Amino acid sequence: MNATEPRSHLHRLLLSGEFVVTAELQATDDPDPGSVYALADLLRGHVDAVNCTDNSAAHPHISPVAAGHLLLDRGVEPIVQFVCRDRNRLALQADLVGAAALGIRNVCLMTGDDVTVGDHPETKPIYDLDSVHAIRIARIMADRGTYVSGRTLDRPLPLFIGAVENPFAPPRDFRPMRLGVKIEAGAEFVQTQIVFNLPTMRLFMARAGELGLLDRVFILPSVYVCRSAKAARYLRDTVPGIDVPADVVARLEGAPPERQAEEGIRIAAEIVQELRGMPGVAGVHLISIKGDEAIVRLVEESGLLPRPAAVEPAPAG
Amino acid sequence: METDVDRRPPRTAPPVRGLRKAILLVEKGTKEAIWDCRMCGQCILHSTGLSCPMRCPKNLRNGPCGGVLQNGNCEVLPDRPCVWVQAWEGSRRLPLWRDHMRHVQRPVDWRLQDTSSWENLLTGRDRAVPEGWRAYRAGELGR
Repeated sequence: MNATEPRSHLHRLLLSGEFVVTAELQATDDPDPGSVYALADLLRGHVDAVNCTDNSAAHPHISPVAAGHLLLDRGVEPIVQFVCRDRNRLALQADLVGAAALGIRNVCLMTGDDVTVGDHPETKPIYDLDSVHAIRIARIMADRGTYVSGRTLDRPLPLFIGAVENPFAPPRDFRPMRLGVKIEAGAEFVQTQIVFNLPTMRLFMARAGELGLLDRVFILPSVYVCRSAKAARYLRDTVPGIDVPADVVARLEGAPPERQAEEGIRIAAEIVQELRGMPGVAGVHLISIKGDEAIVRLVEESGLLPRPAAVEPAPAG
Repeated sequence: METDVDRRPPRTAPPVRGLRKAILLVEKGTKEAIWDCRMCGQCILHSTGLSCPMRCPKNLRNGPCGGVLQNGNCEVLPDRPCVWVQAWEGSRRLPLWRDHMRHVQRPVDWRLQDTSSWENLLTGRDRAVPEGWRAYRAGELGR
Protein backbone atom coordinates (compact mmCIF):
# COMPACT_ATOMS: atom_id res chain seq x y z
CA MET A 1 0.00 0.00 0.00
CA ASN A 2 1.33 3.40 -0.97
CA ALA A 3 2.32 5.42 2.08
CA THR A 4 0.63 8.62 0.99
CA GLU A 5 -2.41 7.16 -0.73
CA PRO A 6 -5.50 8.23 1.23
CA ARG A 7 -7.73 5.39 2.32
CA SER A 8 -10.82 7.52 2.98
CA HIS A 9 -12.33 10.94 2.40
CA LEU A 10 -11.43 11.87 5.98
CA HIS A 11 -7.85 10.69 5.44
CA ARG A 12 -7.58 12.67 2.20
CA LEU A 13 -8.78 15.87 3.88
CA LEU A 14 -6.39 15.43 6.81
CA LEU A 15 -3.46 14.81 4.46
CA SER A 16 -4.38 17.97 2.55
CA GLY A 17 -4.25 20.04 5.74
CA GLU A 18 -7.98 20.80 5.80
CA PHE A 19 -9.36 21.51 9.30
CA VAL A 20 -11.84 18.61 9.47
CA VAL A 21 -15.17 18.32 11.24
CA THR A 22 -16.55 15.00 12.49
CA ALA A 23 -19.63 14.35 14.58
CA GLU A 24 -21.04 11.59 16.72
CA LEU A 25 -24.20 9.87 15.49
CA GLN A 26 -26.96 9.46 18.03
CA ALA A 27 -27.15 5.65 17.93
CA THR A 28 -30.69 4.49 17.19
CA ASP A 29 -32.79 1.64 18.58
CA ASP A 30 -34.83 1.42 15.41
CA PRO A 31 -34.91 -1.60 13.07
CA ASP A 32 -36.12 0.76 10.34
CA PRO A 33 -33.22 2.37 8.46
CA GLY A 34 -35.18 5.64 8.29
CA SER A 35 -33.84 6.85 11.66
CA VAL A 36 -30.21 6.63 10.56
CA TYR A 37 -31.09 8.06 7.14
CA ALA A 38 -32.74 11.09 8.79
CA LEU A 39 -29.61 11.79 10.85
CA ALA A 40 -27.44 11.32 7.76
CA ASP A 41 -29.56 13.80 5.81
CA LEU A 42 -29.30 16.32 8.63
CA LEU A 43 -25.51 16.07 8.96
CA ARG A 44 -24.58 15.67 5.28
CA GLY A 45 -22.67 18.68 4.02
CA HIS A 46 -22.07 19.93 7.56
CA VAL A 47 -19.45 17.40 8.66
CA ASP A 48 -16.79 15.33 6.88
CA ALA A 49 -17.40 12.04 8.67
CA VAL A 50 -19.70 10.66 11.34
CA ASN A 51 -18.82 8.31 14.20
CA CYS A 52 -21.01 5.25 14.68
CA THR A 53 -20.72 4.40 18.37
CA ASP A 54 -20.47 0.84 19.65
CA ASN A 55 -22.95 0.25 22.49
CA SER A 56 -21.96 3.57 24.05
CA ALA A 57 -22.10 3.76 27.84
CA ALA A 58 -22.58 -0.04 27.74
CA HIS A 59 -26.15 0.28 26.45
CA PRO A 60 -26.93 -1.79 23.33
CA HIS A 61 -27.99 0.12 20.23
CA ILE A 62 -27.84 -0.47 16.47
CA SER A 63 -24.61 -2.25 15.46
CA PRO A 64 -21.97 0.28 14.42
CA VAL A 65 -21.21 -1.64 11.21
CA ALA A 66 -24.88 -1.58 10.24
CA ALA A 67 -25.17 2.13 11.06
CA GLY A 68 -22.00 2.81 9.08
CA HIS A 69 -23.40 0.95 6.09
CA LEU A 70 -26.63 2.95 6.27
CA LEU A 71 -24.63 6.19 6.38
CA LEU A 72 -22.77 5.14 3.24
CA ASP A 73 -26.16 4.52 1.58
CA ARG A 74 -26.93 8.17 2.20
CA GLY A 75 -23.56 9.56 1.08
CA VAL A 76 -22.09 10.20 4.53
CA GLU A 77 -18.69 8.82 5.42
CA PRO A 78 -18.70 6.74 8.62
CA ILE A 79 -16.08 6.27 11.31
CA VAL A 80 -17.02 2.93 12.82
CA GLN A 81 -16.10 2.42 16.47
CA PHE A 82 -15.26 -0.95 18.01
CA VAL A 83 -14.89 -1.53 21.76
CA CYS A 84 -12.90 -4.31 23.42
CA ARG A 85 -15.58 -4.77 26.08
CA ASP A 86 -17.86 -6.68 23.71
CA ARG A 87 -15.59 -8.67 21.42
CA ASN A 88 -12.63 -11.00 21.62
CA ARG A 89 -9.87 -11.04 19.01
CA LEU A 90 -11.83 -13.32 16.70
CA ALA A 91 -14.91 -11.08 16.72
CA LEU A 92 -12.83 -7.92 16.31
CA GLN A 93 -10.99 -9.24 13.28
CA ALA A 94 -14.21 -10.57 11.73
CA ASP A 95 -15.84 -7.16 12.23
CA LEU A 96 -12.87 -5.35 10.67
CA VAL A 97 -13.00 -7.55 7.55
CA GLY A 98 -16.78 -7.20 7.37
CA ALA A 99 -16.66 -3.43 7.79
CA ALA A 100 -14.04 -3.10 5.06
CA ALA A 101 -16.08 -5.35 2.74
CA LEU A 102 -19.09 -3.07 3.21
CA GLY A 103 -17.07 -0.03 2.14
CA ILE A 104 -16.25 1.34 5.59
CA ARG A 105 -12.81 2.94 5.53
CA ASN A 106 -12.41 4.63 8.94
CA VAL A 107 -12.40 2.71 12.20
CA CYS A 108 -11.80 3.88 15.75
CA LEU A 109 -10.76 1.38 18.41
CA MET A 110 -11.18 1.74 22.17
CA THR A 111 -11.59 -0.18 25.43
CA GLY A 112 -15.19 0.90 26.06
CA ASP A 113 -17.15 1.98 29.13
CA ASP A 114 -17.47 -0.82 31.64
CA VAL A 115 -20.63 -2.92 31.80
CA THR A 116 -21.24 -1.68 35.34
CA VAL A 117 -22.31 1.76 34.00
CA GLY A 118 -24.73 0.25 31.46
CA ASP A 119 -28.24 -1.15 31.59
CA HIS A 120 -27.01 -4.78 31.55
CA PRO A 121 -24.58 -4.77 34.52
CA GLU A 122 -25.09 -8.53 34.96
CA THR A 123 -23.45 -9.36 31.62
CA LYS A 124 -20.01 -10.92 31.15
CA PRO A 125 -17.53 -8.35 29.80
CA ILE A 126 -14.87 -9.64 27.40
CA TYR A 127 -11.67 -7.51 27.57
CA ASP A 128 -9.68 -10.17 25.72
CA LEU A 129 -7.68 -7.28 24.22
CA ASP A 130 -7.08 -3.71 25.29
CA SER A 131 -7.36 -0.74 22.93
CA VAL A 132 -3.63 -0.75 22.13
CA HIS A 133 -3.82 -4.43 21.13
CA ALA A 134 -6.89 -3.73 18.97
CA ILE A 135 -5.12 -0.85 17.19
CA ARG A 136 -2.03 -2.95 16.49
CA ILE A 137 -4.11 -5.88 15.25
CA ALA A 138 -5.98 -3.57 12.84
CA ARG A 139 -2.60 -2.29 11.62
CA ILE A 140 -1.32 -5.84 11.11
CA MET A 141 -4.41 -6.55 8.99
CA ALA A 142 -3.97 -3.30 7.05
CA ASP A 143 -0.18 -3.30 6.60
CA ARG A 144 0.76 -6.96 6.44
CA GLY A 145 -2.52 -8.36 5.21
CA THR A 146 -2.67 -11.08 7.84
CA TYR A 147 -4.70 -11.90 10.89
CA VAL A 148 -2.84 -11.65 14.20
CA SER A 149 -2.42 -15.42 14.00
CA GLY A 150 -0.33 -14.90 10.87
CA ARG A 151 -2.92 -16.42 8.53
CA THR A 152 -3.10 -14.46 5.27
CA LEU A 153 -6.09 -12.34 4.27
CA ASP A 154 -7.11 -12.30 0.61
CA ARG A 155 -5.96 -8.67 0.57
CA PRO A 156 -4.88 -6.09 3.15
CA LEU A 157 -7.66 -4.08 4.78
CA PRO A 158 -7.89 -0.55 3.30
CA LEU A 159 -8.55 1.05 6.69
CA PHE A 160 -7.67 4.42 8.24
CA ILE A 161 -7.16 3.53 11.89
CA GLY A 162 -8.14 5.72 14.80
CA ALA A 163 -7.95 5.72 18.58
CA VAL A 164 -9.17 7.83 21.48
CA GLU A 165 -7.33 9.50 24.35
CA ASN A 166 -8.47 11.36 27.44
CA PRO A 167 -6.16 14.27 28.34
CA PHE A 168 -8.35 15.12 31.34
CA ALA A 169 -8.30 11.85 33.32
CA PRO A 170 -5.58 10.88 35.79
CA PRO A 171 -2.73 10.10 35.60
CA ARG A 172 -2.53 13.35 33.56
CA ASP A 173 1.27 13.38 33.36
CA PHE A 174 1.14 10.00 31.64
CA ARG A 175 -1.56 10.86 29.08
CA PRO A 176 0.72 12.34 26.40
CA MET A 177 2.99 9.30 26.71
CA ARG A 178 -0.05 7.03 26.40
CA LEU A 179 -0.93 8.86 23.18
CA GLY A 180 2.57 7.88 22.09
CA VAL A 181 1.89 4.22 22.93
CA LYS A 182 -1.22 4.30 20.74
CA ILE A 183 0.75 5.88 17.88
CA GLU A 184 3.43 3.25 18.33
CA ALA A 185 0.72 0.60 18.14
CA GLY A 186 -0.45 2.12 14.86
CA ALA A 187 -3.07 4.83 15.46
CA GLU A 188 -3.23 7.29 12.56
CA PHE A 189 -5.84 9.64 14.01
CA VAL A 190 -7.02 10.28 17.56
CA GLN A 191 -10.30 11.68 18.82
CA THR A 192 -10.03 13.01 22.37
CA GLN A 193 -12.43 13.10 25.27
CA ILE A 194 -14.66 16.19 25.41
CA VAL A 195 -12.75 19.44 25.89
CA PHE A 196 -14.07 22.05 28.32
CA ASN A 197 -10.82 22.61 30.16
CA LEU A 198 -8.72 24.48 27.60
CA PRO A 199 -5.60 24.99 29.81
CA THR A 200 -5.36 21.21 30.40
CA MET A 201 -5.83 20.58 26.67
CA ARG A 202 -3.13 23.13 25.81
CA LEU A 203 -0.73 21.47 28.24
CA PHE A 204 -1.50 18.03 26.78
CA MET A 205 -0.80 19.25 23.24
CA ALA A 206 2.41 20.97 24.33
CA ARG A 207 3.66 17.79 26.02
CA ALA A 208 2.68 15.73 22.98
CA GLY A 209 4.71 18.18 20.91
CA GLU A 210 7.74 17.76 23.18
CA LEU A 211 7.45 13.99 22.70
CA GLY A 212 7.51 14.53 18.92
CA LEU A 213 4.02 13.12 18.44
CA LEU A 214 2.20 15.95 16.68
CA ASP A 215 3.46 15.21 13.18
CA ARG A 216 2.86 11.47 13.61
CA VAL A 217 -0.92 11.56 14.19
CA PHE A 218 -3.99 13.68 13.40
CA ILE A 219 -5.59 14.92 16.62
CA LEU A 220 -9.31 15.74 16.71
CA PRO A 221 -10.45 17.08 20.10
CA SER A 222 -14.12 16.59 20.97
CA VAL A 223 -16.46 19.50 21.63
CA TYR A 224 -19.75 18.95 23.41
CA VAL A 225 -22.80 21.13 22.85
CA CYS A 226 -24.63 21.46 26.16
CA ARG A 227 -28.35 21.99 25.71
CA SER A 228 -28.86 23.17 29.32
CA ALA A 229 -27.13 23.67 32.65
CA LYS A 230 -28.72 20.39 33.72
CA ALA A 231 -27.00 18.59 30.81
CA ALA A 232 -23.63 20.02 31.89
CA ARG A 233 -24.17 18.89 35.49
CA TYR A 234 -25.23 15.44 34.27
CA LEU A 235 -22.04 15.14 32.24
CA ARG A 236 -19.94 16.28 35.21
CA ASP A 237 -21.61 14.00 37.77
CA THR A 238 -22.35 10.78 35.88
CA VAL A 239 -19.95 10.27 32.97
CA PRO A 240 -16.58 8.92 34.13
CA GLY A 241 -13.50 10.70 32.85
CA ILE A 242 -15.04 14.07 31.94
CA ASP A 243 -13.76 17.34 33.40
CA VAL A 244 -16.44 20.06 33.37
CA PRO A 245 -14.99 23.18 35.02
CA ALA A 246 -17.21 25.14 37.42
CA ASP A 247 -17.20 28.27 35.24
CA VAL A 248 -18.84 26.40 32.34
CA VAL A 249 -21.67 25.19 34.58
CA ALA A 250 -22.00 28.66 36.14
CA ARG A 251 -22.24 30.31 32.72
CA LEU A 252 -25.08 28.02 31.68
CA GLU A 253 -26.83 28.44 35.03
CA GLY A 254 -26.51 32.20 34.64
CA ALA A 255 -28.63 32.14 31.47
CA PRO A 256 -32.42 31.96 31.75
CA PRO A 257 -33.72 28.42 30.97
CA GLU A 258 -35.02 29.35 27.52
CA ARG A 259 -31.63 30.86 26.59
CA GLN A 260 -29.43 28.02 27.91
CA ALA A 261 -29.40 26.10 24.62
CA GLU A 262 -28.13 29.23 22.85
CA GLU A 263 -25.50 29.75 25.53
CA GLY A 264 -24.43 26.10 25.10
CA ILE A 265 -23.85 26.65 21.38
CA ARG A 266 -21.93 29.87 22.13
CA ILE A 267 -19.65 28.11 24.64
CA ALA A 268 -19.01 25.27 22.16
CA ALA A 269 -18.27 27.75 19.35
CA GLU A 270 -15.72 29.53 21.56
CA ILE A 271 -14.02 26.22 22.36
CA VAL A 272 -13.92 25.34 18.63
CA GLN A 273 -12.23 28.68 17.89
CA GLU A 274 -9.64 28.13 20.65
CA LEU A 275 -8.90 24.62 19.42
CA ARG A 276 -8.57 25.84 15.85
CA GLY A 277 -5.67 28.03 16.91
CA MET A 278 -3.91 25.30 18.87
CA PRO A 279 -0.80 23.84 17.17
CA GLY A 280 -1.26 20.20 16.22
CA VAL A 281 -5.06 20.21 16.24
CA ALA A 282 -6.22 18.77 12.89
CA GLY A 283 -9.95 19.23 13.34
CA VAL A 284 -12.81 18.88 15.79
CA HIS A 285 -15.22 16.11 16.73
CA LEU A 286 -18.67 17.40 17.72
CA ILE A 287 -20.93 15.64 20.22
CA SER A 288 -24.37 16.34 21.59
CA ILE A 289 -26.92 14.05 23.21
CA LYS A 290 -30.17 14.17 21.25
CA GLY A 291 -28.96 17.47 19.82
CA ASP A 292 -28.06 16.86 16.19
CA GLU A 293 -29.65 20.17 15.18
CA ALA A 294 -27.39 21.86 17.73
CA ILE A 295 -24.37 20.34 15.95
CA VAL A 296 -25.59 21.73 12.65
CA ARG A 297 -26.00 25.17 14.27
CA LEU A 298 -22.55 24.95 15.83
CA VAL A 299 -20.93 24.14 12.48
CA GLU A 300 -22.72 27.09 10.90
CA GLU A 301 -21.85 29.56 13.65
CA SER A 302 -18.23 28.45 13.96
CA GLY A 303 -17.50 29.40 10.37
CA LEU A 304 -16.73 25.80 9.40
CA LEU A 305 -18.86 25.90 6.24
CA PRO A 306 -18.72 25.04 3.43
CA ARG A 307 -17.32 21.56 3.91
CA PRO A 308 -15.21 20.21 1.02
CA ALA A 309 -17.12 17.89 -1.29
CA ALA A 310 -16.43 14.19 -1.13
CA VAL A 311 -14.66 12.79 -4.15
CA GLU A 312 -16.09 9.59 -5.59
CA PRO A 313 -13.66 6.79 -4.74
CA ALA A 314 -11.76 5.30 -7.64
CA PRO A 315 -12.99 1.84 -8.68
CA ALA A 316 -11.45 -0.90 -6.54
CA GLY A 317 -8.62 -2.96 -7.96
CA MET B 1 -20.44 -0.98 46.94
CA GLU B 2 -18.31 -3.79 45.62
CA THR B 3 -14.74 -3.50 46.80
CA ASP B 4 -13.20 -5.84 44.26
CA VAL B 5 -13.95 -7.62 41.03
CA ASP B 6 -12.13 -10.71 39.90
CA ARG B 7 -12.52 -11.31 36.20
CA ARG B 8 -9.88 -13.98 35.81
CA PRO B 9 -10.67 -16.80 33.38
CA PRO B 10 -10.68 -20.34 34.75
CA ARG B 11 -7.41 -22.24 34.77
CA THR B 12 -7.08 -24.41 31.68
CA ALA B 13 -3.40 -25.37 31.98
CA PRO B 14 -2.75 -28.96 33.12
CA PRO B 15 -1.76 -29.48 36.78
CA VAL B 16 1.96 -29.59 37.63
CA ARG B 17 3.88 -31.68 40.14
CA GLY B 18 7.19 -31.77 42.01
CA LEU B 19 9.62 -28.90 41.49
CA ARG B 20 7.27 -27.15 39.07
CA LYS B 21 4.52 -27.18 41.67
CA ALA B 22 6.93 -25.89 44.31
CA ILE B 23 7.93 -22.95 42.09
CA LEU B 24 4.27 -22.20 41.40
CA LEU B 25 3.33 -22.23 45.08
CA VAL B 26 6.26 -20.03 46.13
CA GLU B 27 5.50 -17.51 43.38
CA LYS B 28 1.80 -17.51 44.13
CA GLY B 29 2.27 -17.12 47.88
CA THR B 30 4.81 -14.32 47.54
CA LYS B 31 3.25 -12.28 44.75
CA GLU B 32 -0.33 -12.56 45.92
CA ALA B 33 0.74 -11.34 49.37
CA ILE B 34 2.86 -8.43 48.12
CA TRP B 35 1.18 -7.28 44.90
CA ASP B 36 -2.27 -8.87 44.95
CA CYS B 37 -0.99 -10.79 41.90
CA ARG B 38 -3.58 -12.54 39.72
CA MET B 39 -1.24 -15.25 38.38
CA CYS B 40 -1.63 -14.47 34.67
CA GLY B 41 1.57 -16.42 34.05
CA GLN B 42 3.14 -13.66 31.88
CA CYS B 43 4.28 -11.15 34.45
CA ILE B 44 5.03 -7.54 33.44
CA LEU B 45 5.06 -6.06 36.98
CA HIS B 46 8.47 -4.48 36.44
CA SER B 47 7.10 -2.63 33.39
CA THR B 48 4.05 -1.34 35.26
CA GLY B 49 5.55 0.28 38.33
CA LEU B 50 4.97 -2.89 40.38
CA SER B 51 1.20 -2.46 40.11
CA CYS B 52 -0.36 -5.67 38.78
CA PRO B 53 -2.32 -4.75 35.61
CA MET B 54 -4.55 -7.81 35.95
CA ARG B 55 -6.14 -6.14 38.98
CA CYS B 56 -7.62 -3.63 36.52
CA PRO B 57 -11.27 -4.71 36.04
CA LYS B 58 -10.75 -4.26 32.29
CA ASN B 59 -7.50 -6.30 32.34
CA LEU B 60 -5.69 -3.48 30.57
CA ARG B 61 -2.00 -4.17 29.84
CA ASN B 62 -1.13 -0.89 28.10
CA GLY B 63 -2.18 1.90 30.43
CA PRO B 64 -5.32 3.40 31.93
CA CYS B 65 -8.70 3.67 30.23
CA GLY B 66 -10.37 7.03 29.75
CA GLY B 67 -12.82 6.47 32.58
CA VAL B 68 -10.46 7.19 35.49
CA LEU B 69 -12.29 9.47 37.93
CA GLN B 70 -10.99 12.96 38.63
CA ASN B 71 -9.85 11.80 42.10
CA GLY B 72 -7.73 9.06 40.50
CA ASN B 73 -10.09 6.24 41.42
CA CYS B 74 -11.39 3.43 39.22
CA GLU B 75 -14.51 3.85 37.07
CA VAL B 76 -15.66 0.34 37.95
CA LEU B 77 -14.66 0.41 41.64
CA PRO B 78 -15.08 4.08 42.61
CA ASP B 79 -13.77 3.54 46.15
CA ARG B 80 -10.45 2.14 44.95
CA PRO B 81 -7.50 3.86 43.29
CA CYS B 82 -6.98 3.12 39.59
CA VAL B 83 -4.39 0.36 39.14
CA TRP B 84 -2.80 2.41 36.35
CA VAL B 85 -2.56 5.61 38.39
CA GLN B 86 -0.60 3.50 40.86
CA ALA B 87 1.42 2.02 37.98
CA TRP B 88 2.39 5.45 36.68
CA GLU B 89 3.39 6.73 40.13
CA GLY B 90 5.22 3.49 40.90
CA SER B 91 7.12 3.60 37.62
CA ARG B 92 8.41 7.11 38.44
CA ARG B 93 9.89 5.75 41.70
CA LEU B 94 11.65 2.79 40.11
CA PRO B 95 15.36 3.17 39.32
CA LEU B 96 14.98 0.90 36.29
CA TRP B 97 12.36 0.17 33.66
CA ARG B 98 10.75 3.64 33.81
CA ASP B 99 10.75 3.73 30.04
CA HIS B 100 8.72 0.52 29.85
CA MET B 101 5.56 2.60 30.37
CA ARG B 102 6.06 3.64 26.72
CA HIS B 103 6.22 0.07 25.43
CA VAL B 104 3.45 -1.71 23.57
CA GLN B 105 2.66 -4.85 25.58
CA ARG B 106 1.52 -7.92 23.68
CA PRO B 107 -1.99 -9.41 24.09
CA VAL B 108 -2.56 -11.79 26.97
CA ASP B 109 -2.21 -15.53 26.36
CA TRP B 110 -5.13 -16.66 28.50
CA ARG B 111 -3.92 -20.27 28.46
CA LEU B 112 -1.22 -19.27 30.92
CA GLN B 113 -3.66 -18.32 33.68
CA ASP B 114 -2.60 -19.86 37.01
CA THR B 115 0.75 -21.05 35.71
CA SER B 116 4.09 -19.84 37.08
CA SER B 117 5.44 -16.78 35.26
CA TRP B 118 8.87 -17.63 36.71
CA GLU B 119 8.79 -21.00 35.00
CA ASN B 120 7.43 -19.39 31.81
CA LEU B 121 10.26 -16.85 31.90
CA LEU B 122 12.89 -19.58 32.29
CA THR B 123 11.43 -21.73 29.50
CA GLY B 124 10.72 -18.76 27.21
CA ARG B 125 7.05 -19.77 27.08
CA ASP B 126 5.96 -16.23 28.01
CA ARG B 127 7.72 -14.83 24.95
CA ALA B 128 5.66 -16.91 22.52
CA VAL B 129 3.37 -14.57 20.54
CA PRO B 130 1.01 -15.09 17.60
CA GLU B 131 2.89 -15.08 14.30
CA GLY B 132 1.14 -12.00 12.90
CA TRP B 133 1.99 -10.00 16.02
CA ARG B 134 5.59 -11.17 16.01
CA ALA B 135 6.13 -10.38 12.34
CA TYR B 136 4.88 -6.80 12.61
CA ARG B 137 7.45 -4.05 12.86
CA ALA B 138 6.01 -0.62 13.47
CA GLY B 139 6.52 1.67 10.50
CA GLU B 140 8.02 -1.07 8.37
CA LEU B 141 5.91 -0.12 5.38
CA GLY B 142 6.53 3.56 5.85
CA ARG B 143 2.91 4.44 6.46
